[in-house]
Amino acid sequence: MGSYLLRRLLIALPSLLGISVVLFTVLALAPGDPFAEMALNPNVPPEVQANLRKQFGLDDPIWQRYFRWLWAMVQGDWGFSFISRVDVDSLILQRVPVTLAVIGASQVIALMVALPVGIYSAMRPYSWFDRIASALAFVGFSLPTFFTGLLLILLFSIKLDWLPFVYRADIAATGWQWWWEHLRQAIMPVMVLGLFQGASWTRYVRSAMLDVIRLDHVTTARSKGLSDWDIVMKHVVRNALIPVVTLVALQMPAIFGGAIVTEQIFRIPGIGSLLIDAILRNDTPVIMGVTFVFSCLVILFNLIADLLYGWLDPRISYR
Amino acid sequence: MQERQIRESIEEVRSGRLPRRTFIHQMVSLGLTAPMASMLLMHAGVANAQPAQAYKPTKRGGGGALKALWWQGATLLQPHFANGTKDQEGSRIFYEPLGSWDRDGNLVPILAAEVPTRENGGLSADGKSVTWKLKRGVTWHDGQPFTADDCLFTWEYAKDPATAAVTSGVYKDVKVETVDSHTIRVTFAKATPFWATAFVAAEGMIIPKHLFGPYAGARSREAPNNLKPVGTGPYKFVDFKPGDMVRGEINNNYHMPNRPYFDTIEMKGGGDAASAARAVLQTGEYDYAWNLQVEDEVLKRMEEGGKGKAHIIPSGDIEFIQLNLTDPWTEVDGERASIKSKHFAFTDPAVRQAMALLADRAGIQQFIYGRTGVATANFLNNPAKFRSPNTKMEFNVDKANALLDAAGWKKGADGIREKGGKKMKFVYQTSVNGIRQKEQAVIKQACQKAGIDLELKSVTASVFFSSDVANPDTYGKFWCDMQMYTTTMTQPDPERFMDQYRAHEISAKANKWQGRNIARWRNDEYEKVYAQAEAELDPVKRAALFIRMNDLVVGDNAIIPLISRPRVRGASHKLMTALTGWDLDFSGLHNWYREA
Amino acid sequence: MAGSTPASAIASETPLEAPVAAVQAAASARGISPWRDAWRRFRRHKLAVASVFVLGLMVLAVLFGPLVWKLAINEIDFSARLKPPAWRHPFGTDDLGQDIFARMLYGGRISLAVGLAAMGMAILVGVTIGAIAGISRGPIDTALMWLTDLFLSLPQLPLLLLLIYLFRDGLKAAFGPEVGVFMLIVCVIGGFRWMPVARLVRAQFFSLREKEFVEAARALGASTSRQVVRHILPNALGPVIVAGTIDVAAAIIAESTLSFLGLGFPPDIPTWGRILYDSKEYLDIAPYWAMFPGAAIFLAVLCINFIGDGLRDALDPRDVL
Repeated sequence: MGSYLLRRLLIALPSLLGISVVLFTVLALAPGDPFAEMALNPNVPPEVQANLRKQFGLDDPIWQRYFRWLWAMVQGDWGFSFISRVDVDSLILQRVPVTLAVIGASQVIALMVALPVGIYSAMRPYSWFDRIASALAFVGFSLPTFFTGLLLILLFSIKLDWLPFVYRADIAATGWQWWWEHLRQAIMPVMVLGLFQGASWTRYVRSAMLDVIRLDHVTTARSKGLSDWDIVMKHVVRNALIPVVTLVALQMPAIFGGAIVTEQIFRIPGIGSLLIDAILRNDTPVIMGVTFVFSCLVILFNLIADLLYGWLDPRISYR
Repeated sequence: MQERQIRESIEEVRSGRLPRRTFIHQMVSLGLTAPMASMLLMHAGVANAQPAQAYKPTKRGGGGALKALWWQGATLLQPHFANGTKDQEGSRIFYEPLGSWDRDGNLVPILAAEVPTRENGGLSADGKSVTWKLKRGVTWHDGQPFTADDCLFTWEYAKDPATAAVTSGVYKDVKVETVDSHTIRVTFAKATPFWATAFVAAEGMIIPKHLFGPYAGARSREAPNNLKPVGTGPYKFVDFKPGDMVRGEINNNYHMPNRPYFDTIEMKGGGDAASAARAVLQTGEYDYAWNLQVEDEVLKRMEEGGKGKAHIIPSGDIEFIQLNLTDPWTEVDGERASIKSKHFAFTDPAVRQAMALLADRAGIQQFIYGRTGVATANFLNNPAKFRSPNTKMEFNVDKANALLDAAGWKKGADGIREKGGKKMKFVYQTSVNGIRQKEQAVIKQACQKAGIDLELKSVTASVFFSSDVANPDTYGKFWCDMQMYTTTMTQPDPERFMDQYRAHEISAKANKWQGRNIARWRNDEYEKVYAQAEAELDPVKRAALFIRMNDLVVGDNAIIPLISRPRVRGASHKLMTALTGWDLDFSGLHNWYREA
Repeated sequence: MAGSTPASAIASETPLEAPVAAVQAAASARGISPWRDAWRRFRRHKLAVASVFVLGLMVLAVLFGPLVWKLAINEIDFSARLKPPAWRHPFGTDDLGQDIFARMLYGGRISLAVGLAAMGMAILVGVTIGAIAGISRGPIDTALMWLTDLFLSLPQLPLLLLLIYLFRDGLKAAFGPEVGVFMLIVCVIGGFRWMPVARLVRAQFFSLREKEFVEAARALGASTSRQVVRHILPNALGPVIVAGTIDVAAAIIAESTLSFLGLGFPPDIPTWGRILYDSKEYLDIAPYWAMFPGAAIFLAVLCINFIGDGLRDALDPRDVL
């Protein structure tokens, strides 16, 4: 497995490069102009706009811009945002803590809900528990997050006035008070995202479990008189986890830029809202920075998933 | 004719028979701006009015936190690099200009000791220069004194093309010199009746020479103070997260007594208009929200919570429809919508008139905009005295039908009119915006009843309003039959605004579609009147000429004004604001307080 | 437990009849084709059958409903704004006075078509790529996974803008405005959802190809493609079906996000996702406006899921009747 790992890591570098070329080209070809607002303002003469474009090298051919970007990245300079006139890496770093706290927490909640519920549903399929859990799961992923978010806001913020719905990254309090305030404002977005994610994961866990439960070795274990708990934990779960691991690995990078709608609704200053703002304003350096980190995470987590398959199911071999 | 009426009104204001505010309203409704109307009065020697709102608090500070919500967050805090109003507002918390415009269009001195007039020697007789006297004893947030050198520096900084400041248009044609440590003189190339451009309002914020000096010209983007503003404003800088949050704390050395009231200020960005409204009007989490572009129905419902209310402030913004006079679907010399082509339907004045009759402004106002819009037929509401005979606010489908029948557009078998083999099927585009889509639906239905088929198209705002040469969907290219958006009078002086209807501004490939005459309208009389207005020194005559130009544009129906859109802001009940429709929301920030 | 392998085919029958029944069962089993067998198993799954009916009903309603229910979808009637459900307007009216029932029927065509087509495309592409990657090793697997990672890292929004701006006019000219936009949207939405399916299928293949029954088939001389199609794929379908159901809901919602950005269908076409989006600010004033499209999406997803469950049971080769 060691050689497999080494090989994958070696391949990761050129694949990252390849991805970055495609990303850069897509961004360069997409319509939109970072200095668009200036055109609307009669006070801004066109020379100023042209000057800015020259300053940022926007009129150079694509391949030139790409190599300039690549060379800068290699040296650790992630670029300079057109819109905010701030370094891209400090922009991103500013938002990492909040993103990890809220979006990360929601993924954890999703997993904590999906695993037990999915496993128990599979153990007692078509029972009342299973039916209700499935129905709730369907509702969970059939409704878009902007909708459930708004519902929660209407209920908890407006009608009941229990929770604030505008997320503030800096709260002027200390100790327990600080934790409590943060918890209050984070509950709703974490629930919205976590339950949306958890709904679809529950279905996957249940389906994977059902697939394994019907296998012969489980019947054997049952006929040997092992308790349900033992059967499930020792024989079924590890095998059933393969699709779950795949999904979690696919979803992890999404923390870094995926929860756009939820961040919009609750005004969470996370990386998702940074990305969408940059996209709508055609701020290419920021988009490249964020998507590049995103693709690194994708490659990393998929590699971890591939390695985990081997541990979960020893029959899977690597050559 | 109108010139005489304007002069009469001015006399009425002087003698006290006509309230100043009413005069301003009338001028605004004719297409002028409140600042311009105010300058008309100033030029005639009518004294500036006292500020209407009394400031009650008797000591500085102690007001707690002021929390404001801007659903587009500020991305930088340097006023001369600002990308739009959100950045200007963020900067305005910390920086100040010499003067700003209040709600009635009065010029209010901020860093200036007084407003320059002819009487006090501020305005020269030949109209070519203005002398500003600066307030004494004003210090920057870091303790350095504010002097005329800072104004001089700001001028040099902004006009330098290497700096690439967005405000350069205001500063490049003037000359500034210091008379002494607290007096400057601004000189214009020719007599300029509207002199309050440099150092006034949003483009006029002054930056400190001792901090920005080393970073002038090409090094401007490296200045650390681009992100850590040091100004003269009521609040000092604390923290800034681009796109998310601006925080400030009270400036204890502020140059106006008993001000500011609040101890800290927070300006949060992100989200959308509706949830911003909820945060202020329903949950009270925030005290103030900017630009509530929300249906009135929803706003009213939110106000029922009793925590806040929506403030509607008159300004000069108008939502209107443009009809393309060229043909956007055929290429002439490799250019779509070329000035050499003609639109098969809209070049017929009867068709344009029919289209104007098919706009149900009253319905749109009542059921979509509510309080947040006023139906208009001209470039705003008209009091009877000034109404032009040809512009009427009429919604009449039968009349439109009759007009089209008479002009030879017969209904075909599918109910759609055609003439010469061409059907009346038009593409109607606008930006993505809930309210705009509803307006489109209303207009589409009316047109259907008249035998015209509209295909609705909505384009993402950032693409629609961009100037990207490669993108076919920008409003500048106007490569479809009709489009709709709001035009804002960012300029207090209409001259630059009216310039956009001249032939040389026609948007075409040659000028990369940066020309502002997007409807590609041409009218010889308009050119003549404009040339007259440019040379006219008497502001009253000039105003009359602008009104005439306005009538020409609207009377020809290439532009169909729909709704005049005042500014809608949300504030909690106890918050006393000093909002204006002619300057930034925060231009009166030093006067905001909370009632006990 | 549903779907479990009973110890023997006759576990529930009395000992005396057992031998006879066994012979009879064996005899009849020989004569039934696998498809009829599958259909029989499907029929046993009552919920799946019910779902087929309900879904069929929905499809019929959106196809033929507008012919029966004659109210126009964009008849703006300011006097009838925001009226709750009544005889005249069974689903109520929205804030422009338009009839929601008519709009749902009309928009349902597009929503269901987009949902099903995008799901179909995502599953087709995903299963193909996942299967090829899963059964082969080394360079092909690596290459396909690189492709998958590439698509996963692509920022969807700029790519969407680019694709639509590049292809919209061409497609409109070739296929007419509605069909052109429809094709573009299906490709765009389906094009961004095949990656998880591919990875899931590949993961299933990894574990399944080592299993004994596949080894047995290999020993019997089955070609790789036969192994894949007849032995591995049917067992790998579990996650695919779940993905399918989730994809339908996601596709319908993605289409409404596209409209919100001005990239999808014109704003006056009332797809279900669009109606949901339009109604969100009026949740406390007119909740019925949002309830109906939400319920419709929910129902469609539910039906597809049960049908999927039924399909899985029906196609499960280990389930012996």
